[in-house]
Formats: sequence, structure tokens, C-alpha cells
Amino acid sequence: MGDNRRPAAEFKGFSFQYRAQSEPTLHDIDLVIHEGEKVLIVGPSGSGKSTLAHCINGLVPHFHAGEMEGEALIGGENLAELDIFALSRKVGTVLQDPDGQFVGMTVAEDIAFTLENDGMPQAEMKAKVAAAARSVGMEGHLESSPQSLSGGQKQRTSMAGVLVGEAGILLFDEPLASLDPEAGRLAVEMIDDIHRQTGCTVIIVEHRLEEVLHRSVDRIIVMGEGRIVADLSPEELLSSSTLRELGLREPLYLTALRYAGCPIGPELKPASIETVSLESGGADQLRAWHEAAEAAQPLLAREPVLELEGISYAYDAGKEVLSGLSLSIGEGELVGIVGRNGAGKSTLSRLICGFGRPTAGRILYRGRDIAGDTIKERSERIGYVMQNPNHMISKHLIYDEVALGLQLRGAGEEEIRERVLETLKICGLHPFRSWPISALSYGQKKRVTIASILVLDPEVIILDEPTAGQDFRHYNEMMEFLLELNRRGKSIVVITHDMHLLLEYAERTLVIGEGRVLADALPADVLTDAALVEEASLRETSLQRLAARAGIGDPREFVRRFIVRDREARRS
Amino acid sequence: MKARMIAYRHQDSPIHRLGGAAKLAFFAIWSVTAMMTYDTRALGFMLAIAVAAFAVSKVKFADYGFVLYLILFFFLLNHIAIFLFSPLEGVKIYGTRHDLLHLAGRYWVTEEQLFYQFNIALKYMTVIPMALLFILTTHPGEFASSLNRIGISYRIAYSVSIALRYIPDIQRDFQNISHSAQARGIDISRKEKLLKRLKNVVGILMPLILTSVQRIETVSAAMELRGFGRGRGRTWYNARPFRTGDYAAVALVVAIAAVTAWLTFRDGSRFYNPFR
Repeated sequence: MGDNRRPAAEFKGFSFQYRAQSEPTLHDIDLVIHEGEKVLIVGPSGSGKSTLAHCINGLVPHFHAGEMEGEALIGGENLAELDIFALSRKVGTVLQDPDGQFVGMTVAEDIAFTLENDGMPQAEMKAKVAAAARSVGMEGHLESSPQSLSGGQKQRTSMAGVLVGEAGILLFDEPLASLDPEAGRLAVEMIDDIHRQTGCTVIIVEHRLEEVLHRSVDRIIVMGEGRIVADLSPEELLSSSTLRELGLREPLYLTALRYAGCPIGPELKPASIETVSLESGGADQLRAWHEAAEAAQPLLAREPVLELEGISYAYDAGKEVLSGLSLSIGEGELVGIVGRNGAGKSTLSRLICGFGRPTAGRILYRGRDIAGDTIKERSERIGYVMQNPNHMISKHLIYDEVALGLQLRGAGEEEIRERVLETLKICGLHPFRSWPISALSYGQKKRVTIASILVLDPEVIILDEPTAGQDFRHYNEMMEFLLELNRRGKSIVVITHDMHLLLEYAERTLVIGEGRVLADALPADVLTDAALVEEASLRETSLQRLAARAGIGDPREFVRRFIVRDREARRS
Repeated sequence: MKARMIAYRHQDSPIHRLGGAAKLAFFAIWSVTAMMTYDTRALGFMLAIAVAAFAVSKVKFADYGFVLYLILFFFLLNHIAIFLFSPLEGVKIYGTRHDLLHLAGRYWVTEEQLFYQFNIALKYMTVIPMALLFILTTHPGEFASSLNRIGISYRIAYSVSIALRYIPDIQRDFQNISHSAQARGIDISRKEKLLKRLKNVVGILMPLILTSVQRIETVSAAMELRGFGRGRGRTWYNARPFRTGDYAAVALVVAIAAVTAWLTFRDGSRFYNPFR
């Protein structure tokens, strides 16, 4: 049936090279996306998937200049001959950064932006904005300012802003990158609803495959090193080894099925946890695996390094963000802290570092109250790594950046040199020591910021979303690196929404909400508790559903055993 | 950082109901008029109108208190500076000299100087309430359309709106950056010597500028993708059409300007002189 549909976007022998690069980013792309199709483009960072998306909405070559070869047709017209305005009528884009694309002072204004630029009369515009806001569930927030919205609400506003343009192609550029798991699930459902209702061509660029496949897609295009590696149905792709070869993450339930020894082929219908067929032996194998698998160990008791006792804090008098929160971080532990946005996770780390004073309670470091210690003194024991590395980097060269903290503490030249080089080695940055920081990738920059904290030799390191916006390979590198630091004796506290991080690395998970610690438990126990999952804006994993479908009586124990097995696989 | 800066609050009053463009035009003509004249009668009359407008608007002191104190501080500084640099300016202007008090050296307090500085104070007091009112009663989303309405290119007008939109985000970036710098040991508080402190501040500004430049790039890409700059003109979701009240406001300010100009220039001097 593919032949009688008209192509929405078509590439023939298409290559593209950015002006500032010495090599083409896209090689020899042949691809047709038909009108009304819902297509997912996946690939690791640097695979060219974003560039391909930019060739569809016209940011390439109109915003980012470069050399094109071959042919690219968008809505039947040649990309090279269309200007970005003509393209903006054909292609509506929702960008990755929900803040950067929110240009209005209010939700209504932001939704209206395209219509304003078209010069639409006000009365007509108001009606359209109201309708679009209703279709994404934002009608109650029309007068809200962007600062008062959550990431998910900002993204829904952007979706409405694209819908009013009535473009035939809707392009979502990493829509899940800055959302928590719960908001991500809602976004995937909303994109699907929009696709069904408008019949638009929907193109999603994303590396989080399992999350997107929560709702079905027609086709998955896999990019690798600037080429199309696969162009398959979800069933075919998940049955092949392509994902693992490219370093992309397969859905968790498939990993579990593989551990149980089930062969994964198209007949298994692996595209969704709901469709995957367990009747032909899968369920039996899972149950057998579960019975035989090693049981999870209870938590180790550890010597506390950092203790918070009854901490309260309020930004505005009367409105407490934290009220009587107590927790303890053990020596050499790797702890994950979760909680919805605004639950007070960042406030907590700020208080620990001394950027604010708790209104009540004590912070103890190795049993000593540190209320009298300055920010600088605390930072030698407790390092804090922010989410955005650009907020931390102030020097031009890597060596200088890492040396800065020691220089400011008046260490001697020789000592600085020794400690900086040692730290750079641990962080795998030694070969780059004389490079300018601007030449590094995002993940490497993040490492530089960790190195600049590590060089002061703190015993506890707190990291805010260390894996946000990184693909599977970079996620792995980052977490293995943190695990290595952890093995060297550092206590590591990770504030995160990343459920994989909790499953794969955290020893213990603290759930923060209502100003206190709601739960302090094994990651498996948190992720299988519906109330906690909701409180922390997480979502239940597909493992739990798989266990239920296979008739395993204790899904929580199944998840625990999966984690044990999975960590073993990682170690070997 | 915690002090509440001057900000629009949604309220209902005759002033809030006026369109942004009318208020902007009113404010512009009003300010030029007040700056031009030294006629005490005219200024007194304008002050009465300003106070009345302020009362009608029902704006809350908490919404502008901080900024008002800031302005008053500079106002005081300005007056001290005028006296220090030119204690006999009033004498020069009004052509007579009535000494009241000798302070030191060339510093005499004269009736003329007091009257001159009283006039300057009046100017401040007529302009400040109107400036505050414009900001407090105009929805920020209406600024851009108002500027555009009075003839400024929409590209420039929109950049005002974008700046307002991203100021809170940049403030947050700044807070993050300064926190991380302090943890590394970069001190920007008063404990550090001035020169060192200045150097440290520059160190913080670099990452702030870099993140802001990145932000600008994302924002401008997002705007182009949604067709900003496509046409010669654009419409505004928040623009308000000129209503009777708006015409009345503009007519009022033009009348005030005309009467003031007549009063002021009738006798060939900008200064109303009670000493002759």
C-alpha cells in the first residue's frame, strides 16, 4: 500500500556537511516518509539523527549553513529552494529545550506566536488559541507565565503552538530529554492522540526507544555514523541485534526475556509489553528463571558520613519546602534521591553545601555539626556537581579549570600539578589536559566539572541529574565512572529522574516529598510501589508488568532478582 | 534577590483598563512636558493629576515599594549633588538673591536655590508616579504591541518582550553559577578585597555570558521555525484596540502639554519667577 501514498519527506542520495566540519554529518541518505505516517528516528548521539531532523524543518541549511548533495524534498518541494518561512508552514517543530522555545510571556501568547507572525486578525486568533489549548489540556493555564509551569506543561504549550500552524508534518526533536518519566509518558500519549486526531505525518527523534514505544509507531529508522542503518517495523527491529550493536538500549522486558533464555523473534511480537506473546513457553521460562535466580541481598548497614536531622527550610515565610527532613548517607554508598519537581531536592543539596541556612535541624558530617563551616570549608568534604556543566566552567583550558579550586586554596605549584594530573587520569581526561574546554563534548564537559570537584578530595559527591540528556553509551560511561569513584571509597549521592540509573546503579533510593523523606528503600521496592512511583513522578517499569503477565506471584522480588542479574552482567 | 521587583499584577481599575499603547503615548508626552517646564503652577497641576491617577489605579505599595525607595535614594543623591556643584544656580536663574543661612565657604542657602530645587523635586514627583503606573498596570505581554503601535519596528519591539521573558531564567543561571563558584572558593562577598572581588565577578560573568549566548541561539532558532520575521508586520494576541478611554487619555495629555507649553513660554522664560 506504500506506493499510492504521497511522500511527506523524501531524501535521495542526500549528504550534508556543516560548514565548520571537515567530514559530512549525513552520508548518502535514501529515505521516504509518507504522509500520515508515524515514524521514530533513533540513533546514538552524533549519529546524525538531529541533523536529519533539521534537514526536514529547514534549520539546515538555513540556520546552520553547509554543503548539500543529492536531493531532499519536503512536501514535494526541494529543500534547497524553500526558505525557512515557507518550510515553517509545512513542518511544525517541537524542540528539545522546553524553555528555549517558550517565547511568549504567557501560555496564550506562546501558542499564538505563529499566528501573530502570519498576521491573523485577533478575534480569529483567540478562538484558535483556545481550541489548541483545549486539545493539549492547557486551557486552564492560558494566562500563566512560563516560570510557573512544569517542564511537561511547557512542552504541551509548545505542542499547541505547533498545532495552530496546521502544518502537515509534525517533528518532535528529543521530546523526552528534559521530562521526568511520568511527564514523558504523558507526552508520548499526547503525541499519539494528536497523530490520530489530525492525521498529520509525525516524526519523532529520540533515543529512548522503550518510552516512545509506549504507543505504537509505524516504522523505526535507525541512524548510525551519519547513515541509515535500519528502516524496519518495531517488531523486526526489536527482533534483530541492531540496537545492541549500535549501543542503544533495548526495552527492559526484552532484556529480562533474554536472561530467562527466551529467543526473541518477530513471532514474539516484541514491540510492546502488552503485545509480547508469553503463551508459547515464555511465561514458563520466566517463572523458572525467577525460581532459580539469586535472591537480592538486604541493605548493608554502613557507617554514616553525612546526616541530616530534622531539617526545615522555607523560601518565603510560612511556606516550608522542607519540614523536619532526616536522612543519612553511609560511607562508600551510592544513593539515588528521587522526587517530583519542586519537592525540595535541589534545596536539600543547597543547604548541605551551605548556600542557605536551615530554619531548623542539624547537618552532621562524621558526627560533627557543620553549621559554623563556610561554603568553602564544606566544599572540601562535600562536592556538589550541577546539572548544567556550563554553569560551572569558568576557565578556557581543562588543566586550569581543574586546578582552580586548589589555587584558590593557596596550594603550592607542585602539589597542584600532581593532584590535577592524578585527577585527570582518574577521569579519563589526561590526554586532553591542554585542550580548550570548548572543544569537548557535553559528556566530557560534565567530567571536567566532576574532576574540578574531585580534585579537592571530598568524601561525599552530590550530583544533580548526571545522566540527563545523554544517550545510552554516554550514560554507561558516566555511571561506570561514578561507580569507579564509588569503589575508591567516595560516597555518591545522585539526584535523578533516571529510572535506569536507579535500577542499574543505586544501592538505595530515597523518595522526597511533602518536605520529608517518604521512603528509604531498595530501588526495586520504590519502583514497584505505585504510590511512591506517583509521588516521585516516576513510572512503573515494564518488568513488573512482565512478571504479572507471566504469573509470577511476587513482582517486587522479580524486579529485585532482575537487578541482581543485570548488575552481574554489567560487571562481567 | 528576594526583594519583590516592580511587577504587573492583575487588577481592575480605570487605569488597568486603558490600552498599553495609549498609556505609553501618555507617558512619553507627559515626561517630555514635565522635563521641559519649570513652571511651578503647571508642575503642581500635573502632580495633582498624577496623584489622582495613582489613587484611582489601586496599585499596592508592596508591588513598587522597593523600586520607589531606590528611586528616592537617587533622588536625594541628585539633590545633594546639585547643591554641592552649583549652590547658587537658583540665584543665576532667577536674578535675585535672598540669603537664608551660611554653611561654609561658597555654600549659602538661598531662597532662590531652594525654590529651584523644589521645582526639580516637583518634576521628579510628576514623572515617577506615571512611570511606575505604566509598568504596574500594563501586562508585560502588551509592552511589545504597544511599542509597535507607536511606530517602532516589531522586531525591536519584540526583543523588549523577549528580554523581559528571559530575565528570570538568566537570574536563575546567575544564581547557579555564583553558587558553584563560591563552592570552589571564589569569593564575591565583601570579605574579599575590591580588586580581587572584581576579578572574581568577571570570572562568574564569563559562564553567564556563554550560557546566555547559547540561550539566544536556541530562542532565535525557535522563533524562526515559527515564522518570526516572515512578513512586514504582524498582529498581536495581546494588543488592545483604541477605545474611547484611550482617546480621552491621549487627548487629555495633549491638552495638558499644550496648556503647560503656553504657561511656560508665555513670558519667554522656562522658569516661573516669584521673586520679581
